[in-house]
Parts: sequence; structure tokens; C-alpha cells
Amino acid sequence: MPPDDLTDEADRVLRICTACMYCDGLCAVFPAIAGKHDFTPNDLDYLANLCHNCRGCWYACQYAPPHPFAVNLPNALAELRQRSYADYAWPRWLGAGFAANAGVVTAIVGGVTTLTLLATALLVPAEVLFAAHRGAGAFYQVVPWPIMAGAAAAALLWAVISIGVSAISYWRSIAPRASLGATLRALVPALRDIVTLRNLGGGGPGCNDASEKFSQQRRWCHHIMVAGFLASVASTLIAALYHHALAIEAPYPLTSLPVLSGGIGGVAMLIGIGGLLRLERRADRAPSAAAEVRLNLVFLVLLALVAASGLAVLALRDTPAMGLTLSLHLGLVIGSFVVLPVSKAVHGVYRSMALLRAAIDRAVPRPRRGGEE
Amino acid sequence: MTGASPMPTIDVLVVGGGSAALCAAIAARRHGATVRLVEQAPVHLRGGNSRHARNFRLLHDEAHWYVPDSYGEDAFLRDLHRVTAGATDEVLARLLIRGSADIAPWLQANGVALQDPRSGVMPHSKRTAFFLGGGKAMINALYATAASIGVEIGYDSEVVALQLDDAHCGEVVIARGGIAGPIVAKAVVLACGGHQADRAWLRESFGDIADGLVIRGTPYVTGRVLRMLLDAGAKPVGDPAQAHIVAVDARGPEVDGGIVTRITAIPYGIVVDRNAKRFHDEGEDARKTHYARWGARIAQCPGQIAYLIMDAAGRARALPTALPPIEADSVAALAAKLELDPQALSATVAGFNDAVRESGTEALVPPKSHGAAALTTPPFAAYPMRPGLTFTHFGVAVDPQMRVLTTDGHLENIFAGGMIMAANVLGRGYLAGLGVTLSAVFGRLAGEEAARHAAR
Repeated sequence: MPPDDLTDEADRVLRICTACMYCDGLCAVFPAIAGKHDFTPNDLDYLANLCHNCRGCWYACQYAPPHPFAVNLPNALAELRQRSYADYAWPRWLGAGFAANAGVVTAIVGGVTTLTLLATALLVPAEVLFAAHRGAGAFYQVVPWPIMAGAAAAALLWAVISIGVSAISYWRSIAPRASLGATLRALVPALRDIVTLRNLGGGGPGCNDASEKFSQQRRWCHHIMVAGFLASVASTLIAALYHHALAIEAPYPLTSLPVLSGGIGGVAMLIGIGGLLRLERRADRAPSAAAEVRLNLVFLVLLALVAASGLAVLALRDTPAMGLTLSLHLGLVIGSFVVLPVSKAVHGVYRSMALLRAAIDRAVPRPRRGGEE
Repeated sequence: MTGASPMPTIDVLVVGGGSAALCAAIAARRHGATVRLVEQAPVHLRGGNSRHARNFRLLHDEAHWYVPDSYGEDAFLRDLHRVTAGATDEVLARLLIRGSADIAPWLQANGVALQDPRSGVMPHSKRTAFFLGGGKAMINALYATAASIGVEIGYDSEVVALQLDDAHCGEVVIARGGIAGPIVAKAVVLACGGHQADRAWLRESFGDIADGLVIRGTPYVTGRVLRMLLDAGAKPVGDPAQAHIVAVDARGPEVDGGIVTRITAIPYGIVVDRNAKRFHDEGEDARKTHYARWGARIAQCPGQIAYLIMDAAGRARALPTALPPIEADSVAALAAKLELDPQALSATVAGFNDAVRESGTEALVPPKSHGAAALTTPPFAAYPMRPGLTFTHFGVAVDPQMRVLTTDGHLENIFAGGMIMAANVLGRGYLAGLGVTLSAVFGRLAGEEAARHAAR
């Protein structure tokens, strides 16, 4: 990638940051630039995804505008991060999907959902679709299990392959020269950083979610959302176990593990998403990138629709509305899997790899420097 | 809105917006006084030179989570004596050192976050503690605390007159947005720094050299209030022609460049003036603080400019800089980029290279006594350098209650804290982290004394 306005600006700002380093206690980005004289495009891709956009350095910056240096590191890295999503997308043409993300996601998820609803309406006889089903196998009377599982699995497989190929090419770009042993030793610290979102802690007091005031809201909302998502995934896995291993067919009773974990998971997701959307609305826009805010909003709304429709299936499963609600939920889930490689979901993969690289680098002795003033 | 009253009376008026002013305002407010703080800068550039600070020096007899080992009173005083060569008031110096023992907990209690020395990549220091996120993060925290406990804060507010009746300050006239209005306060704390951003005043002390100086800090320390105090009979302390001047990148901003424009790589190359001639031993001082000695030397150069010339090996040893060095594949091409005489620079480099022996030089005037290495590996790199002024060793004399002294006594209700009175203890030189310590300890003390005075 040849230098351009975005890389030039990131390079200009990072040089000032390396000469200053006052922020080195705030997050992993600053130790990662310590002592560096030059930044290659691969370095920039690494740093862009290492930054969690916690904005701590924006409020702490002695060179933020109106200072003539006009340092805005979180913005510079966010712009590069957005572009890295497109650059590493596979197949290549997928990268264009990040530019008009709201339109692309709406069209694909809307299309898949509409198709699913239409197919259900056309293929399932009305007396079956609008009957109140109860007892084992009720859902599959509307949408047969092989179709339901097959379509979802195919969409998921596409997402896994696409994101997987992107992830491999990203890791090849940013991987440090380190032995396999060093990489393995870094796995646990990296995993800790990924799971705890340590870098949304601002080195202790929290980060600047919305303003100059420190808070841990974004971190906690993200935790709640991810926990809810994992509970929903667990619900699906337990249900699959019931179905295949124990030969018990859905729907399961309210007090059963799949329903409990799916229900709690769905509600937790909605709570976390609500908190994150609220923060997006209140946050100072200066240290973010407009494209990233759009990507966040699109993905949060999509996840909320999936979670809400899943809860709706649970709420309406004994009524004649179950058939269409189930079909709607299924359409949204499959549509989400299809757009996953052009959604905010990819940030988790790239950031995890950046955190792994940071953990590997941390294992090597760090350069110390004169930084007293 | 409480602006209906034409002349509001408050207990304590704090003039300034850096750490000294904030510590004074918070201390006075916590003593029960009603406090107003007037900061000349706009909100985004508030904080004086504390915005550029990073750490503070503190007395401690044992390790704390934020500072390792210990740093005793005698060691602190010895360091102060060493850098000031005795130009320090013993009573105030002891007051400062003892006061520094509890500013870390005090600042933390007022919302300031310190950095764990085991985190990040900051240098090991048993003498100083570091602010998490640096000085501006500290300033942000203190402003938030001041506002939350009821300190009234005004930005873009400049003192245009101190009305002194004998030794008593009646009104202080504040201009904001072109409109001037008086404030009557029972006590006034002046914590608005020195005068180093007033080029006219610098010209009085430094002559034409003043025009070649870069002002490293905030442009808002104009010394206007200091001048008013001196005109009103306050006793000066220190020497306005003594200043902390360091080597900075000539391409940086004229003011407010802060820490990132300093050039710290001088021992790794040679320094020439605009005639491409060397003028001082670059190997004389390889300590971290060497750059502070080069400021005055560059100030004496024609045009107040000099150039650090390195080869690729030297550049690789240097710390990263905010602006990349100017590079070229040959010394002559480098000279052309620097607008120096290519023949003269080539001759200087060749002469230097020929004289290099075993890390020193032979028969070279001036010599490079340590770390001399021939400049042979391209690309060659250069930093144009100018003298960057940090602060002057000049201010008003105070007593241990921070009252401003006059030739025959003291002003009744005017207190001073921070860099406006720093020359009482720092008549010469500098110690890392002393600026914030001085501002926090004396600012806090001035605020407490002012609140006490107002309660009388």
C-alpha cells in the first residue's frame, strides 16, 4: 500500500506520540510505538487495530487542537482501521461492502429475511403455518430441521471462511519475528487482554466513553453484550445436543437449559446493545471516525434485531404467530451470518490478533527512555 | 446567574490556571472560602505549563506503589543546592521539600491519577512520580474537582489591573471578551507564572537574541501581573536574564512546542553553526540533561541557529523525534537542504572524521572528547536547532506564608504560588519534576493562607 493522506497523517501524529510518550500508561498502543523511528504500512495496520478507541489519549493530549500540532491519534487510527477492514476483506470485492455499510447490510439481511418469510408463506400450508403448535418438534412442523440447520450452517460456513482467510492474511502482515514458543507463551496474557478488555480501562480510572469524565460503561456494556451473545450460542449448542444426543426435540420447557440460557442471553444482549448505542449517541465525535460510528450503529442494530426476534419466538411460541416469527428470526440469523464478513464483527478478530502481537512483544525486554521533564 | 451585583465580593480570587492556581483554589475552597479562579487561556489551552509537565519530585522515606525506593530530605536538598549553586532560600527550600512529602496523596485525593512505574515504558525514577496520561490529564482532573466543590472558574479572563491601596489590594480588574469588570476579594492568590512568553520583556534582558528564542511553553504567561506587582513595589527575586534554555527543533512551533521538540541526540553527532563550523565539544556531557546546556550555546550562535549533523549510525542511536530529521545521501546534499555552504560543511565533516581516534578526537578545535565516531554511513541526517526557553529565573519574593514581600514588608492580602515565585528556591538550574512540585506545594500553601486571611 503506497503512502497517502491517511498513512501520512498517522505517521505524522505517531512521531509526535513517540517523542512524547506521556500516554504510555493508558493502553497497549504506546508501549508498542516506544522507540520507533519509522512506521511501515504493516505497523500502521497493527497499531490501528490495537487501538480500542478509548479516547483516553485524546483528552490527555497536550497537543490536541487548537494546538498547532493538532494531534488526534484516536481519529487517525480509526480511519486507518476502517480502511484495514476493507483492505483485508476476502474475497477482495467484499471490501467495497464497508463503504456503504448500512445499505449493503440492509439489502442483504432484508433480502434474506424477506426470502425466508416468502418461502415459508408459500411452501408451508396456511393451516400449518398459522396453527398453534405445541409439543415436541413444533418448530420443525413450520420449517423442517434440515432446512433450518442447513441454511444457517451454510451461511455460517461462508462467514467463517471469509473472515478466516482475512484473518490469516492480516496475521501474516503484522506477525512479529518470534519463536513458536514465545507465541504460545503470549497466548494466555493475550487472551486475558481480549476477554477482560483491559485496554478499555485507561490504565485504571477508565476511559473517556463520552466526555472528559472517566467511565467503565463501554467496557461493561460490551461485556454484558458478549456474555448475552455467548449465552445465546450456548443455548443453540445445548439444543443441538438435546436434539442429536438425547433425541429430545424443541421446543423445550421454559425452565430447560436452552430456553433459560437463550432467554437470559437475548435480554443481556439487548441491555448491552442499548448501553452501547446510548454511548455512541452521547460520545464526542472528534476522536472517532464517521465510518466507524456508522459501522458500529449498523452492527448494533442488526444484533438487536436478531436478539429481539429470538425473544419474540420464545414469547409467541404457543400462539399462531409462532410460524412467521420463527421464520423472521431464522431469516435475520442467516442474513447476519451472510453479512458478518462486512460487519463490525471483524474487529474482534483483528483486535485479538493485534493484542496477541502486543503480548508477544511484551515478552521481550522493553526499551526504556528518558521521559522526565 | 449571580451577575446582578455590580461588584461581587468573594473570599479568595485565584489568578492563573495551571497546577499552582488549581491547587490554591482547591485548598482555599476546602478551607471554607468562596473562591473564583480566572484563567487567561481559553478552555482548550488551559493549564499553563503544567499541560506540558509529566512528573513531580517528591520526598519519601519508603517506597509507595507510585514511586520506588526512597528520596530523603537531605538528598533532595543536596540536589537543589547542586543545580542552583546555592541560589536558593534555605527556609523556603525546606518548606518545599517537606511539603512535597504529601502532595502525592493530596493530588490523588483531588482526582489526579498517578502511573504505576511497572506499567508502560517510562524511565525508572526514585525521585519523581508520574501522572497517568501526563500533565494535561492532571490538569483536567483538578479542574473537574475544583468545579465539583464549588470553585467558580472563568476562562479567557485576563487581569488588567491590580488596585493597590498602600499594601492592600482592593479591586482586581478582569477583562473577558473585551469587557472589563472589577472583582473585590478579601485575598488574592497570584499563580499565573512568569513572563517568558513576553518577547518585549525578554528583549530587555537578552537583547536581540530574544528574537531568536523559541518559547517552549504556553503563550499565556505574559508576565503582565508580575509587572503590576513589581510596579506596586513588590520585591523582585532572581535575574530575568537567567533562564532555562534547551536545544529544540527549529522546525517546531514558535510557542507551545512542549517536550517533543527538544533535541536530545547531540552526543551522537556534531553541531555546526550557520557557517558550517563546529563551536563546542559535543562529547563533553553525555548525560540525559545535556540538551539543557546546549540552549544557551545555540543562543550565542549567529542567527540563534545551529545544526546537529549525524550519519545513519548516529541516527539509529537517537531517540525518535516529533519531526523526522532532514536526510540526504551525501554531506554536500545535506548542506544544500539545510541551506548551508556545501563545501564548508563537507570540509568540517572531513576534518572531524580525520581527527577521530578511539572515541575521542586528536588535534581538533574544539575537540569531541567522548563518543566521537566518524560520520561515514549514509543517509546523513540533520536537525536544525534553536534555543528553546522553558522559564526564567525571575519572580517576586515571598515569605513562608507565601505573602508577597515589598522592600520594607509585605503586601497585606496578596499571596503568590508557583512559577511566579519559583526563583526564591530555584535561582538557577532545574531539576526534573520540580515545576509541578513547586506549584503544588506553594500553590496549595498560598491557597490555605489566603483562605485563612479571608476568614479573619
